Amino acid sequence: MSEVATRRFGPFGFLRDLASRWDLAAFVVVIGLIAFLGEAARGLFVPLSQLEVTPMSLDPSHLPEYAARTTLRMLAALGVSLIFTLTYATWAAKSERAGKLLVPILDILQSVPILGFISVTYVFFMSLAPGRVLGAEFGAIFAIFTSQAWNMAFSFYQSLRTIPTELSEAAESFRLSPWMRFWQLEVPFGLPALVWNMMMSMSGGWFFVVASESISVGRTTVVLPGVGSYIALAIEKRNLAAIGWAIATMLLVILIYDQLLFRPLVAWVDRFRVEQEPGAREPQSWALTMMRRSRLIQAAKLAFHAAVLWTSRAVKRSDPPPPDAVGPKRRSDLLWVSLVGAAVALGIWHLVAGVIAGTSLPEALHVCGLALITMLRVFILIALASLIWVPIGVWVGLRPRVAQIVQPVAQFMAAFPANLLFPIAIYGIVVWRLKPDIWLSPLMILGTQWYILFNVIAGAAALPAELRYATASFGIKGWLWWRKVALPGVLPYYVTGAITASGGSWNAAQVAELVTWGHTKVEAKGLGSYIANAATAGSFHRIVLGVGIMSLFVVALNRLFWRPLYYYAERKYRLT
Amino acid sequence: MSSAPILLKCTDLRKAFPKPDGGELLVLDGMNLELEEGQIVGLLGRSGSGKSTLLRLIAGLAEPSAGRISYLGQPIFGPAAGIAMVFQSFALFPWLTVYENVAIGLEAQRMPKAEIRKRSLAAIDLIGLDGFESAYPRELSGGMRQRVGFARALVVHPNILLMDEPFSALDVLTAETLRTDFLDLWSEGRMPIKGVILVTHNIEEAILMCDRILVFGSNPGRILSEIKVGLPQPRNRLDPSFRELVERIYVEMTARPTGTAAVGRQERFPGLGIGSILPQVSPNSQAGLLEAVAAPPFNGNADLPKIGSDLQMEIDELFPVAETLQMMRFAELEGGDLKLTDDGKAFAQADLDERKRIFMRHLLAYVPLAAHIRRVLDERASHSARKSRFVDELEDFMSEADAENTLRAVVQWGRYAEAFAYNDANEIFNLENPT
Repeated sequence: MSEVATRRFGPFGFLRDLASRWDLAAFVVVIGLIAFLGEAARGLFVPLSQLEVTPMSLDPSHLPEYAARTTLRMLAALGVSLIFTLTYATWAAKSERAGKLLVPILDILQSVPILGFISVTYVFFMSLAPGRVLGAEFGAIFAIFTSQAWNMAFSFYQSLRTIPTELSEAAESFRLSPWMRFWQLEVPFGLPALVWNMMMSMSGGWFFVVASESISVGRTTVVLPGVGSYIALAIEKRNLAAIGWAIATMLLVILIYDQLLFRPLVAWVDRFRVEQEPGAREPQSWALTMMRRSRLIQAAKLAFHAAVLWTSRAVKRSDPPPPDAVGPKRRSDLLWVSLVGAAVALGIWHLVAGVIAGTSLPEALHVCGLALITMLRVFILIALASLIWVPIGVWVGLRPRVAQIVQPVAQFMAAFPANLLFPIAIYGIVVWRLKPDIWLSPLMILGTQWYILFNVIAGAAALPAELRYATASFGIKGWLWWRKVALPGVLPYYVTGAITASGGSWNAAQVAELVTWGHTKVEAKGLGSYIANAATAGSFHRIVLGVGIMSLFVVALNRLFWRPLYYYAERKYRLT
Repeated sequence: MSSAPILLKCTDLRKAFPKPDGGELLVLDGMNLELEEGQIVGLLGRSGSGKSTLLRLIAGLAEPSAGRISYLGQPIFGPAAGIAMVFQSFALFPWLTVYENVAIGLEAQRMPKAEIRKRSLAAIDLIGLDGFESAYPRELSGGMRQRVGFARALVVHPNILLMDEPFSALDVLTAETLRTDFLDLWSEGRMPIKGVILVTHNIEEAILMCDRILVFGSNPGRILSEIKVGLPQPRNRLDPSFRELVERIYVEMTARPTGTAAVGRQERFPGLGIGSILPQVSPNSQAGLLEAVAAPPFNGNADLPKIGSDLQMEIDELFPVAETLQMMRFAELEGGDLKLTDDGKAFAQADLDERKRIFMRHLLAYVPLAAHIRRVLDERASHSARKSRFVDELEDFMSEADAENTLRAVVQWGRYAEAFAYNDANEIFNLENPT
């Protein structure tokens, strides 16, 4: 897997400006949409009280079934994310007009901590199928989707925009139809980056699926059978043994997922990489080898290929008309701008009606204060995690044999939903009566610290051997070596890891700052617990206010701090 | 004149790209070209002379700003069915096998399956790829990859084959084999094509392959002259008449632009002002060529084809250095010869410090941009100036990318001459010496 980790993609797409009109429009549209959903959910709240509750059992023998259902949810969401990616990103890349708004929207959505918003989406989806579990299932799948789709779409958009000119010209010159071009050129070209982002998405996805299976909406608790709800029940019953079983199950599930889905995928997409530098070891997968030899899989592959060719035949290439059609373009430009204008106006209206009217200025200021506390927490945690993991990562990365063992473990840990481990920590806090404001904080970074580790390992492993020989031969050692060689060398990688860790920590704050153990509630002061409390109380104004302000903080931090740092590191310290 | 039918005709083609400031960047002007059946026409020039742009206009991959292209008498909008292209870096789809790569052009034409198979296998066979049908491009050597590029183009049975420096990404031996194979197929009439347009910056390749060679000049791209190659195939590089043609093309390409042609243009070298684009040629390359010309057997006066082959430099590499020497008045470039000036000879003999002094004198005397930067720094009390100030000035004359490259070149020269210093972290020019 270490091959994969060295292949990196910029976390910001192509957005380099601080903020543009389009960013502002995108922010208003996204937050307005959230406010609208919150509003709508409030009206739909009533019919939920009669939701049939599936009885859950802590008997470990049920775990395989629960794990299967959790996994299915995950797969369904991944499928939806894939469809979203192929359509949204394609639209954004092909239409210059649409892209101006769609890309910033994606960037904002990436920063919206949707976790606190799950209850609202539940209510919304359940209203589509009142009183049925199906609605809740849709809600859960949607929640997982929101944790996976944005970076996948971003990566595909980036790929579409960076197709090598000659390949694109070849497709054009051999007169491929747009449909054929999409399946024969654009999708294959985007696949390697897409698969890598799918893997990253899965890590966030497991976290979400666990958090979204047991959700309290006001007085109702929605329970979807799965590993997440199993562990929620275990917490309620204060059953440490059951928690142990759940953790073991999840480890196994992720291992199987990795071996049966992602390893084969990674090995398979290696063929689609355009740059073919010699020497790089091909990723291996026993499962892929098996599948390649299996007749069933071969038949499926041939069928897919035939479908692509058959549909390519069905969709004809229409040669461009002689260029004289300027009039209609102006008109559709106008239409588009007015549509965007309307969406922004609607967004503002919902913001005013849904949030600002329902809250007061002191409340908003109070929430900003809480956000500052959470921000302080995130920064301190990132700093602490860096102090620990950067030296270790460098040490490991410079030793290929150690890295071969540690790197997959670090990536595995990043994929493991850290919230499954919370109960153990909570148990400790409750038993030893520790101060929650301090001791709950590490939970925020429990799952995301690994991004720092495995990125630093990849960075250290990528240090050119000649550079290392040179430093050795000049006798550069100790602190000087760290200052002049190791730290600058891994900086671009470290920053990528820290950005991911920081973003994940904000999201995790919403489940880490407020935790329960049986009927004991442990709470740390911060924006995360504010949102969690609001969700439990079913107070939609406060949810939207909290989520909105958190988005604002995350976006501002990205634009003012992480993004400049990222480009600085890329420009100054990139070794190529 | 031959009376073969005309496959393709370009009339008064012009291509310009809009600049951010509202002006336009002219890359191709007054271009006229005819391709007769049975001919290979070569477009020979250095990078930036617009020859690849012309090829893309003909391929229908770009639209001309003015002028007409007609193929078999019909105007071209977009890629035409009877024109296929071979790319410099092959442009194969890495996820398709050799067979699939070849078949894709026919798939796009929605031809019956059996027909696709028959024609694809025939093309693979013709081009010598038999046995490689199920290989992926990554498994092939560069030469085999380009063979796939040829098969893919031939399989659609085009009338015209466009080749964009098809051998320049290959090593010398592979390129030679592929060229010979291609010429054999062509002269035996085994390929379904009727005419070829070849873009190249390799003079010998052009003479080896073409019936007519159009020599391109830069800024904007235009045809300097047309040379007919009457030698019988197969041609021999050592043949005196072959060498004569090489010499003649070198002379054409080093000819000073005539007065009328240069009016109103941003000429690249002689008589330049602040707004001329500077080439990315390091002082070390300049010193290297000066030393080579100063040394025997040239003793200060080198024949370009000779020194080019001695140093194994193609015109794309040799000309920029030679022209930089001319601009710096270290050498004269005319009639296919490079002749050192007195200062050029002195530079070649000097030690490092003396070289820096000579370089500084010439830099400030003959590169107005360097002189300008130095003057600004001298006049200011702080002896420093922001880079953006000079970028803005340059962008009145050239594109953003050219301005960036020009400044990069002048920074490199200024640093070597110790005429001024530049700090990239805060993008400031100054007169400080590093502490």
